[in-house]
Amino acid sequence: MLTWLKAMAARTVAFFSVRRLDCDLEQEMESHLAMLTEDNIRRGMTPAEARREARMRLGGLESTKERHREARGLPFFDTLLQDLRYTVRTLRRDTGFATFAILIVGLGIGASSTIFSVVNALVLRPLPFRDSGRLVWISTTADGGVGEWRIQVNHFLDLRRQNKSFSDLAGYNAYYGTGDHKLTGDGEPERLSGVPVTQNFFPFLGIQPVLGRSFSAEECKWNGPGAVLLSNRLWKRRFASDTGIVGRKLILNDAPVTVVGVLPESFDFGTVFDPGSRIDLYFPFPLSEETNRWGNTLAVIARLNPGATVESARAEFGILGKRLMQEYPQRNDLRPRLDSLDQHVSGRLRPALFVLSLAVGVVMLIVCANLANLLMARTAARQKEMAIRAALGAGRGRLIRQMLTESMVLSGCGAVLGLILAMAGTRVVAHLDTFSIPLLESVRIDGYALGFTLSVAFLTGLIFGLAPALQVPAAAVHASLKDSSRGSSQGKRHAWIRSTLVIAEIAFACVLLVSAGLLIRSFLRVLDVNLGFHPERAAALRVDPGRGYGTQAKRNAYYGEVLRRVSSVRGIEAAGLADVLPLGGDRSWGVQGKGQTYKRGQFPEAFVRIVSNGYLQAIGIPLRAGRDFTERDTPSSEPVILINETLARTLWPGQNPIGQIVEQDNGRRVVGVVSDVRHRALEQVSGCEMYLPIRQTDDYSSVDLVVRTTLPPSALASAVRAELKSIEPDLPANEFRTLQQLVDKAVSPRRFVVILLSGFSVFALILASLGIYAVISYSVAQRTQELGIRMALGASARDLQARIVLHTLGLAGMGMVLGISASWLLSLMLSRALGDLLFGVTPTDPATFLGMAVTLAAVAAIAGYLPARRASRIDPMMALRAD
Amino acid sequence: MAEGKADILQGTLDLMVLKTLDAMGPLHGYGIARRIEQLSEEALLVNQGTIYLCLVRLVQKRWIKAEWGTSENNRKARFYSISKSGRKQLIAETENWERVSGAIGRLLQIASR
Repeated sequence: MLTWLKAMAARTVAFFSVRRLDCDLEQEMESHLAMLTEDNIRRGMTPAEARREARMRLGGLESTKERHREARGLPFFDTLLQDLRYTVRTLRRDTGFATFAILIVGLGIGASSTIFSVVNALVLRPLPFRDSGRLVWISTTADGGVGEWRIQVNHFLDLRRQNKSFSDLAGYNAYYGTGDHKLTGDGEPERLSGVPVTQNFFPFLGIQPVLGRSFSAEECKWNGPGAVLLSNRLWKRRFASDTGIVGRKLILNDAPVTVVGVLPESFDFGTVFDPGSRIDLYFPFPLSEETNRWGNTLAVIARLNPGATVESARAEFGILGKRLMQEYPQRNDLRPRLDSLDQHVSGRLRPALFVLSLAVGVVMLIVCANLANLLMARTAARQKEMAIRAALGAGRGRLIRQMLTESMVLSGCGAVLGLILAMAGTRVVAHLDTFSIPLLESVRIDGYALGFTLSVAFLTGLIFGLAPALQVPAAAVHASLKDSSRGSSQGKRHAWIRSTLVIAEIAFACVLLVSAGLLIRSFLRVLDVNLGFHPERAAALRVDPGRGYGTQAKRNAYYGEVLRRVSSVRGIEAAGLADVLPLGGDRSWGVQGKGQTYKRGQFPEAFVRIVSNGYLQAIGIPLRAGRDFTERDTPSSEPVILINETLARTLWPGQNPIGQIVEQDNGRRVVGVVSDVRHRALEQVSGCEMYLPIRQTDDYSSVDLVVRTTLPPSALASAVRAELKSIEPDLPANEFRTLQQLVDKAVSPRRFVVILLSGFSVFALILASLGIYAVISYSVAQRTQELGIRMALGASARDLQARIVLHTLGLAGMGMVLGISASWLLSLMLSRALGDLLFGVTPTDPATFLGMAVTLAAVAAIAGYLPARRASRIDPMMALRAD
Repeated sequence: MAEGKADILQGTLDLMVLKTLDAMGPLHGYGIARRIEQLSEEALLVNQGTIYLCLVRLVQKRWIKAEWGTSENNRKARFYSISKSGRKQLIAETENWERVSGAIGRLLQIASR
């Protein structure tokens, strides 16, 4: 082994010092020759004879040199270098072809590496927590298993104490809002987002603060000393990475809070638990009787004990849940639902990623088919060159190797281009921070992606190089040399292979087009959904009252003033307040009509919105019956409520709900019915909803001002802010959020998939049409003489054109039949796996299938028509004389 | 052809070169070739150039060393000499050779009976 290593080292050195070693050998052999000649003379030969004999005995210098190089160096690489040099020369001569080939391989590889990086970040790479494979997400099922709710604090404490499956449980309060915390004091006031977490949250995940410490037990008590941990980003941005920040007091929501630490850069709560949002602050969440009363608040993560599995834990928690419900009937229901954290974070996106991966795979196949086709055309043109080289002694293997080197060089260059594109692509993807897709920020080209790219490049080169390489003449040197280009016999077999490749390309493109079509139609359907409100020209701004407004009367006066002043701004059509905007927040309460009784656990649940007068108009929720809230719905007037149509139907089917009493805060009279709003997601029908007047309750934690404008909202931002500043000098500088942004964020995962898939299918369509074009042009060029004869015999240009276009459509037709049947089967097979990717269309939507077939046929006809037109311009005399 | 023969006898040629250098001390390529031809009655080296393929292999395995020097009649030549590991290899190869050739010899005797 050691000897072998030494020899390999010596061989490598020898490989790089060819000239010196050749020179040595030459000298050595020269003196060898001289000595041999001298000996021969001594033996009695004439000098001429002696030299001749010596040369014969020693053997040819060149051949010995050659073999010497092989014996001492790395012959494999020698040949490779030789082939590479040759390849570069031939490709240089044909830059058009080389550029095109490198471009499409580059685009293909760029796309696949980008998608791989996304899959890698979302599915393959472990979550950025300690031993994240053992983390489990725990919630409680709701709505008969459809929805999921958080866990109540006391349930959390009991589960943590009593379970045997997990080494520990941690959690965070899921009911935090964007911009809940107003930071004032030094610098511009600012609204920040913060998450309350349990004391063990950071140690549990294995996150060490880079400065300071995690929360103490004292800080996690109810009304304990105010403490906050800063995100790395906030620390850098707002506090200029001040290392003395720990121990400083910040003014948050007008109260002092001590900074106890700064979290590491690698920890990003939003990207894992709340994609598309940014968390700046972390607060301690007390596990006390007070927070228990808040209801189902805790999002829970647990760490499996060694030996325990999600299934075993599920079984244990099923029993624990039932026992706790019996023991504590006064608590909220507990039907634990356990998923691995991976599944919770990226599970919903997996079908989409699966589709995208399939799509890039298909794109790569089309790229290969296309290049194989092009290379075959080149090889056909180079048959004679091959034959000559074979005649000069190149073995078939050697020629095939040369061809494969060529395709490898092309795919290698393509891979370099692809890698550059993928780096750009992953950068773009990683900065899509308004897209609510988890872990997107960690998408990057890493070692795995690099390895993936290299393997794809290698495979691609092999696949598209193999077909033409096998075309290399076996032994038929003679026949190839004889086969002049005059014969149209250039090989029926080759024509057949090339047509097959084109048919395959069309079939693949067809599959992609159909799937993209289905998703685009779903996307359009989703955008077409009746949201129940009108996001266009509506915007929101946080206007929570400060600590100065201690009483409800003061707050109500503040709201009145805010609404009055904002409404007076020119261009504002309507203004209103709400605690939660649509598509965000899922606070719900059990609800019943007066006199109605429901069994425990069967209460209708309704989403709760606390709103002011003007809100319905500002956000564009139509009032179906009754009246809106007014300024006169105050604590001293009759408690009132608005309900949506679904809740009206649920509580009083077939009756007039107006004037009925809802059992809420000792009875609220229904004064109006509003239309349903899609509060959870665009794809999900609305549940029950109720609206409480903001002036009659204290049960809200944030206030958004919603305005409807005649101009684009951004144009009015400064005027609105100016009005608000006169009431609230400390108003944070955060901009309007338009309602359209909220909707865009909600559909962003779908948009992500649709954009990528459409891009891929357009690319596939272009490639397929290029494939058709290349094959038809080639066959036209090959058949110039035949066509010339036909024309000389009286065929009209129109006839010829029709023949060629028909031929094209024949190819396209076959490809489409295959492609459509394949997509039909695929979408039927996958429709269950794809679940909610499709919305409002069936997997075999005839309109999509038909539309895509027509598109493909049209593109194919154009691709065939161009060469056909050229063919019909052939001058018969020229054609017959040529060559 | 010569190449086929050299292939079969590559190991043998290595052994002979090592043995020659061990017995005769430093020699140049021509000297080695002549010596082997003399001893083998020209059965093994059709082409003297072949010796250099063998020599470069042995040098790369560090079994022999090469040095430029001057030949007896004042020509620049490379002199090869056996190294320590080369000697070890020679002993091992010799034993191996004896075992194999003994076995083949016995086998041929049986076969000829």
